[in-house]
Amino acid sequence: MQDDLNFDVIVVGGGHAGCEAASAAARTGARTALITHKISTIGEMSCNPAIGGLGKGHLVREIDALDGLMGRVADRSGIQFRMLNRSKGPAVWGPRAQIDRKLYREAMQEEILHHANLTVIQDGVEDLIVEDKKVAGVIGESGNAYAAKAVVITTGTFLKGIIHRGAERIPAGRVGEKPAIGLSDRLYALDLPMGRLKTGTPARLNGETIDWDRLEMQPADEAPIPFSYLTDQIEVPQVSCGITFTNTDTHETIADNLKQSAVYSGAIAGRGPRYCPSIEDKIHRFAEKTRHQIFLEPEGLDDPTVYPNGIATSLPREVQDEFIRKIEGLEKVEILEYGYAIEYDYVDPRALDSGLQVKALPGLFLAGQINGTTGYEEAGAQGLVAGLNAVRFGRGEANALFDRAEAYIGVLIDDLVTRGVTEPYRMFTSRAEYRLSLRSDNADQRLTVRGIDLGLVGPERADVFHVKQDALKSGRAVMQSVAMTPNEAQKLGWKVNQDGQRRSAWDYLAYPSITMMDVESAFPEVAALDQAIKSQLEIEAMYAGYIERQKDDVEALRREEALELPGDLDYAAVGGLTNEVRAKLELIRPATLGQAGRIEGMTPGALTALLAYVRRRPNRKRTANA
Amino acid sequence: MAIRRDTICALASGLPPAAISVIRMSGPAVIDITERRLSVAKLKPRHATLVDLHSEDGDLIDSGLAIFMPGPASYTGEDTLEITLHGGRMITELALKSIMSAGARIAEPGEFTRRAFEAGKLDLTRAEAVADLIDAESEAQLGQALKQMDGALETLYSGWREDLTEALALLEASIDFPDEEDAPERVDAPVREKLGVLKSDLIQALADGNITERIRDGFKVAILGKPNAGKSTLLNQLARREAAIVTDIPGTTRDVVEVRLTMGGYLVWVSDTAGLRETQDVVEAEGVRRALKAAEDSDIRIWLYDARESFQSDQVRPGDLIISNKSDLVDPESVSRETLSITAKDGSGIDKVEAAIIERLGSLTQNVSAPIITRARHRQGIERALSHLESALGHLESGIGAEFVSEDVRLASRELGTLTGHVDPESVLGAVFSSFCIGK
Repeated sequence: MQDDLNFDVIVVGGGHAGCEAASAAARTGARTALITHKISTIGEMSCNPAIGGLGKGHLVREIDALDGLMGRVADRSGIQFRMLNRSKGPAVWGPRAQIDRKLYREAMQEEILHHANLTVIQDGVEDLIVEDKKVAGVIGESGNAYAAKAVVITTGTFLKGIIHRGAERIPAGRVGEKPAIGLSDRLYALDLPMGRLKTGTPARLNGETIDWDRLEMQPADEAPIPFSYLTDQIEVPQVSCGITFTNTDTHETIADNLKQSAVYSGAIAGRGPRYCPSIEDKIHRFAEKTRHQIFLEPEGLDDPTVYPNGIATSLPREVQDEFIRKIEGLEKVEILEYGYAIEYDYVDPRALDSGLQVKALPGLFLAGQINGTTGYEEAGAQGLVAGLNAVRFGRGEANALFDRAEAYIGVLIDDLVTRGVTEPYRMFTSRAEYRLSLRSDNADQRLTVRGIDLGLVGPERADVFHVKQDALKSGRAVMQSVAMTPNEAQKLGWKVNQDGQRRSAWDYLAYPSITMMDVESAFPEVAALDQAIKSQLEIEAMYAGYIERQKDDVEALRREEALELPGDLDYAAVGGLTNEVRAKLELIRPATLGQAGRIEGMTPGALTALLAYVRRRPNRKRTANA
Repeated sequence: MAIRRDTICALASGLPPAAISVIRMSGPAVIDITERRLSVAKLKPRHATLVDLHSEDGDLIDSGLAIFMPGPASYTGEDTLEITLHGGRMITELALKSIMSAGARIAEPGEFTRRAFEAGKLDLTRAEAVADLIDAESEAQLGQALKQMDGALETLYSGWREDLTEALALLEASIDFPDEEDAPERVDAPVREKLGVLKSDLIQALADGNITERIRDGFKVAILGKPNAGKSTLLNQLARREAAIVTDIPGTTRDVVEVRLTMGGYLVWVSDTAGLRETQDVVEAEGVRRALKAAEDSDIRIWLYDARESFQSDQVRPGDLIISNKSDLVDPESVSRETLSITAKDGSGIDKVEAAIIERLGSLTQNVSAPIITRARHRQGIERALSHLESALGHLESGIGAEFVSEDVRLASRELGTLTGHVDPESVLGAVFSSFCIGK
């Protein structure tokens, strides 16, 4: 085989999962290829033009802390940065930005096309090469055979994807792209458990025909906070989004035509996301509401296209024309592209191990929407995990895992492979048990060291990280070295226990009623610290008590994660398990007792039985993943 | 490498000799054992069949009735067989030996119920109720155990968890959907209301739960009074045996002596205590200390005094029974009619003491119709949940972020979850999406 067609890792697909997968693999030094049928669509945002939000913004920070691409690329293309939830504590702040689609695509392509160890190939992928029951490469439409030790497939909604709009049916991945038939036949032939999902998108509007003057505008934050720990400042000009609402007229039009909606005519079997319902759904399910909010999001600085977030629909074109023009500010709007629903097959992610490898076919990894998720951030995070573990598989190393107490990435992967999905999976902060420690402000402190150990993090980020760590360390030392008595504190008006105990500036900061500003004014040594360091220390002090309390929980979690369940465990022999629980265990084959406990429908009794069984086993030897 | 789960067997009825012996077995080998020892290929499920039980060597041991209950529709969820034989010692011993030689082992105590729990047939509170049913000595214990077996605690505890899940749904909607018009921006008021109601429910439960714990564990009745008032004699009369040493020497009782009785359908622990007086004797002083502690922990307190003296104590609480003893030594006219008077020595008036205790038990339990707390484990879980709830309410009060409130509510929910099962994030998200129109 030709040397230039021979790789360690091949990534199929150039979307958000594919880019992070390819970059992660290449960063670890593996010879990596990204194969896409169209180089010009690498980094395309096919749905709403935004990155981040609650839970999602956390994922972007984590990808960035591991030196991934998404955060830096978003910083170069974000046109409206907003920190969501500022009225609440920093643990639940959600960094979010509207994105200029073209700038994002260009920045992503620049990263990918100039990436060390990464070859970008334009070719369709028709089939996998399988040797000795392992994946050994892919066959291109061109007839080329590309060899690799592991292959990551990140092809989104290409499995039996069908677009629905009224009575129209268009087989497709995204509008204007053809589905890859050969590869999908190969995946179906593996007989993996599959499910069907749907999602929808609204019409795209011409912003020049919107009556902006009549609408409420939502500006960007005055001081935009970047996603990436490497970005000092956002240099892209910032714009506002418009806000408008549906009204009873709109609702009437939609209700009258509900039967023509692809969703309501019964044409769609797949399940849609509860958090992103179509406008038909909203009106049908919440009939008592007289209006629904719509955000009018510009798709770019020099692009008039506007994404009306909140009115995804699969109604026929003429009905879309009618109901959209009944919305305030949109009376004369020109529709550039009509909304549609897309239905597609996904692979039940419970067929994957925690490295996102298909259990039934070693060497094959899946990431992104094909696993039943939605969102660029969820896709990117999976891509990173799959790319990293594809390299490790090729090297004969065990999966690198992030646990639920360590990262949202860990929560995401564990949820997918343990619980599967029943709707397109999106990250929320409420999915994370250790939300107060998994903050968007400390993703680097949580993950960058691991990224360095795993070979994912380059020297530039490592330097920035170490400088910041040292500054935090000396900042903490300063705050612990200066102290005063409660008597002195009382004179400053602070409410503290009058127990005569001298406390450090750090201790005082832990009081909910005492802020960093108070502490600074009392201790000049603290005031002299760098502003960013002070902010970080203030957040740390705020949550310190709760995080201390969570230590026992985290230890219990890790103890259960340490109890490994063998991959060939005979669940029929465990006994005491109901047929339902046993079937789930056999499908998922949890790697640890902790993972077993998180399987849906698992009873405390069944866990006790499993634990007793594992304890009884004579040889509790570790089973390698590879 | 598969280790088959083993099959267990045990004598399920009382110790022989008895009219019959019931031997129960459960596990994967039940069908095989049936074939080999009963010479029957397949028993009709849930029907009594007359069978012959043979030994390993093929000798007949006894004839009896066998009932086969195939898993998973059995108590343990596994194949189960019950054989009723004649209740002789030798028959029982040979029968168990024969079954064990065919591949079963003797069950550990509680193992059948443990298997039922593992199979998800019972939640933890119901499994506990099985043990209580078997151990019940009083009608009240039995009645309570039956209700618990029927799911009274499970329903109560999961009801509280549902309340917490609703509060969490509000909090999480405000955290995860800050941009949504419909997500409640100000959730503080409804959350505060929900948590406030639950808090008073838990406080009430902890108070009332005392009584249901006592129904299970026994009410405590302490006999208190000065030395030589006749406390030990009263105890012996109530117990109808010489449980405590009785002498004429004041201060004979040094430690607390407890006897277990059933009175009026309730299990009761009556304790005799050291006479209360100032003393230099180190041992007696410790006895007095223990007497005061017993008095503190008791549900019903009986103050006994010598009818020749007058009763004085600053430790009497409302509801305490005050009884004068040795009424044979005084003029009956001199004793107040309000006071219960007895002569413990000859047992006269003991029936009145019992009636008074039963009346007090009746008034203690009158408001309790179902179990609330029956084990210390339940009380601890509820107490911890309550303290998280109080912390959550405190955070709401101080206006600190919703994430703190949410964390405490989550912890409270988990504590209650440990009593029966667990709460998972998906159920919170389910509650969020069913009540708000979310998704722009």
